[in-house]
Amino acid sequence: MDLVSLLKLNNPFGDDKRHAACAIFGMMNVSGELMPGEQVFAAMNNMHERGNGLGAGFAVYGLYPHMRDYYALHVMFTDVRGKTAAEELLRKSFVLEGSEPIPTRKTPGISAEPLLWRYFLAPLDTSLGEDGEQDLLMDMVLRLNTEVPDTFVFSCGKNMGVFKGVGYPDQIAHFYRLEDYSGYIWTAHSRFPTNSHAWWGGAHPFCLVDWSVVHNGEISSYGTNRAFLETLGYRCTLFTDTEVMAYAVDLLMRRQKMTPELFAKVVAPPFWEEIDAMAEPERTLHTALRVTYAGLLMNGPFAVVIANGEQMIALTDRIRLRPLTVAVRGDIFYVSSEEAAIRFVCPGVDAVWTPKGGVPVVGRLGLIPKPEHASDNVGVCVTACGGYRDAAQS
Amino acid sequence: MPRKASDFGIRSNRLPEYAVDRDYELCIGCGVCIRQCSFDVHYLDEDHDTVRSRSELCVGCHRCSALCPTRALAIKPNPAQYRAHGSWSGEHVKDINLQAETGGVVLTGSGNDKRAPVYWDNLLINASQVTNPSIDPLREPMELRTHLGARLDAVNIQAGSLDSRLPPTIPISTPIVFSALSYGAVSFQVQLALAQAAQELGTLWNTGEGGFHPRLREYGSNTIVQVASGRFGVDLDYLNSARMVEIKIGQGAKPGIGGHLAGEKVSKDVSATRMIPEGTDAISPAPQHDIYSIEDLRMLVFALKEATNYKVPVSVKIAAVHNAPAIASGMVRAGADVIAIDGFRGGTGAAPKVIRDNVGLPIEFALAAVDQRLRDEGIRNRVSIIAGGGVRNAADVVKAIALGADAVYVGTAALIAIGCTLCQKCYSGKCNWGIATQDPYLAKRVNPDIARRRLVNLVKGWSHEIKEMLGGMGINAIESLRSNRSQLRGIGLTAEELSILGVKPAGG
Repeated sequence: MDLVSLLKLNNPFGDDKRHAACAIFGMMNVSGELMPGEQVFAAMNNMHERGNGLGAGFAVYGLYPHMRDYYALHVMFTDVRGKTAAEELLRKSFVLEGSEPIPTRKTPGISAEPLLWRYFLAPLDTSLGEDGEQDLLMDMVLRLNTEVPDTFVFSCGKNMGVFKGVGYPDQIAHFYRLEDYSGYIWTAHSRFPTNSHAWWGGAHPFCLVDWSVVHNGEISSYGTNRAFLETLGYRCTLFTDTEVMAYAVDLLMRRQKMTPELFAKVVAPPFWEEIDAMAEPERTLHTALRVTYAGLLMNGPFAVVIANGEQMIALTDRIRLRPLTVAVRGDIFYVSSEEAAIRFVCPGVDAVWTPKGGVPVVGRLGLIPKPEHASDNVGVCVTACGGYRDAAQS
Repeated sequence: MPRKASDFGIRSNRLPEYAVDRDYELCIGCGVCIRQCSFDVHYLDEDHDTVRSRSELCVGCHRCSALCPTRALAIKPNPAQYRAHGSWSGEHVKDINLQAETGGVVLTGSGNDKRAPVYWDNLLINASQVTNPSIDPLREPMELRTHLGARLDAVNIQAGSLDSRLPPTIPISTPIVFSALSYGAVSFQVQLALAQAAQELGTLWNTGEGGFHPRLREYGSNTIVQVASGRFGVDLDYLNSARMVEIKIGQGAKPGIGGHLAGEKVSKDVSATRMIPEGTDAISPAPQHDIYSIEDLRMLVFALKEATNYKVPVSVKIAAVHNAPAIASGMVRAGADVIAIDGFRGGTGAAPKVIRDNVGLPIEFALAAVDQRLRDEGIRNRVSIIAGGGVRNAADVVKAIALGADAVYVGTAALIAIGCTLCQKCYSGKCNWGIATQDPYLAKRVNPDIARRRLVNLVKGWSHEIKEMLGGMGINAIESLRSNRSQLRGIGLTAEELSILGVKPAGG
């Protein structure tokens, strides 16, 4: 599968971009304690109707504690020839500390699965520093995805990994044996694409180094965003909104080290009217961000959950055209397309609220997000339904 | 003054272009048409106490027809046309006759009136259905504010506050800027109306190369001043009284040639504003004689930045020509903060017709090619692009921005709003609508206050329409349309044309 056939798979009808709607979900234990994925699977199941079985996936942080110092590459090969070529290329810059198939099992409804493999890598050159290593890795992933036939890297961060494919979320979770894993951040996605062939690499999450993105949206500014990013050297090969969102995350948060709050001011900025009413120095700052990064304003509906090893970020477009609800319970921070899914898996949330458009809600290790208003606190509220466990038993 | 065949002692045998059709049942002989026509078409036949017309002098500006109180006048194409010919149109025959009589260059004004392809008309705009919502601009915020000037590739933020020095940019409330119309080419009243309208709208107007009249300097913060090859009116105060300085290299209507304002038009006031002696011809050389190469441009750009203490953006304006992308790239590297590209349908106060109608490129191609080249070279974010030359309505503005413009220049549309009927006799100085003239009797026909209101209405109307189109696309800020070519489709275009424009065919 060379680049050309990859494009064909991902955008078979040559559309400007793929149109999709989705269910997204995320949960983070800000204490760093590892959690099994059962709540995530149940929540995604609860939002079954938001997907159409053409793609689902999960990103898990805290996944490989025993290999935490190595970059974990999750790779799809559509032909074993790709594997040989990919490993040959990888060995030019990296030591392969581990190489094994990703465990899977036969699952009804899952077919045409590619060869799924994972590697644990360390750079041959140990003098690069973190930024240098990440740039080397990004370059390698881009080459593997575009130059090596039959190969697609779908995650490459440390102590994290993405599991995704064609199917509903419960099928994908079953297929990858996700009940065997635990993590302190889980994000999940279920797709409802309207114009794409079912292709394993096209499912979410999208991942660049240790940043992952699950996204529900159709960005009307896609052409503008793409042109801006390509000017800076990114190559948008997948024709998806999510790809430009992922590159924006990479550019602004990984490379330019912006905080999630500033990142939000770029992709979902305040209106000029609001900026004009700000006091200095905020006004100058916000004006500078909007002027400089005008090409990264993501215009049109989106809701997104972005994560890396440190944090999980929930954000919608500035006029909130796609749903997103957040909740907290103890150390756990939930994000979901639908409140019902959170209530289903955690009937007794401490607080639940709907974030304002363009305002990020960020859970960080050691820091649980606070509700915007005191009235968002629901106290200890156990609903008549005991939640998913009871539902599953009845 | 334009010379007539009789000046050369040769009798003209050209057929009149227009026929004045006077309905004598309606005509009350009031003489309005006589007083209104500066071309002396209408006269009183005292022997018969009847108003008559000399059709051969008519330029087709329709002033008399519009002002006739009884609607007795209709200006029609002369039914007596040259014999139809597939190759030799009446215009060719007329022009040959004119040159045979005078031995001169055929002059014209306004923009190219030929059936050159108008590619705006081959582009269709997208709208949202189902998969994402359209936005109602009457209910939701819809932002047209645009910043003109250079941008950084990234900003540094330390401890939550800005740690970068941003280049100067100019916020404009709508991506529509009045293009260069110099004092001398147009009347003071027209410039006053443009300046006041720009201020009221929160956008910019452009002095052109005719200097900056002292009475207009109070509108400096809405003014672009030009530094052109004649350097008329340019001094330190001129540069520092404006919001932007524009180096004019070329003009879409007449790429590669200079300008010539006849001495008759250099009145006392024009002479003071242009800083040249009264009654002398104002010659703008074809090139700027201190710019023979790109490094010279860089020196002028930075000389102007030094002179203005780096407080205002410097724009460089070129005519759309064959290698515009490479030139634009050089301009950016030479330090231009804004590049203005003027397409071959752009207007002019005076140009040789053969140049106006044959030299240059349609703005659509030049704009798309320049935007793409600057992106390919990774320098598009550094500059703003203003595209001009044939922007006729709000849809053209939307299409220009989707092809890569930050804003558009409108000149002809602004003049039409004031009263211009495109008779193309701007060069004659006898504009019956009081626009392209320095004759006080004619110029006072433009009431600056009414002209200002008409300009404001026009731009407001377009801005509303732009918001409707943006909302339809599901976009609520104009910057999200810029270079968003996936919002356009081409119809009736060849594969090569589509490729240059960077758009897909309709249905694709």
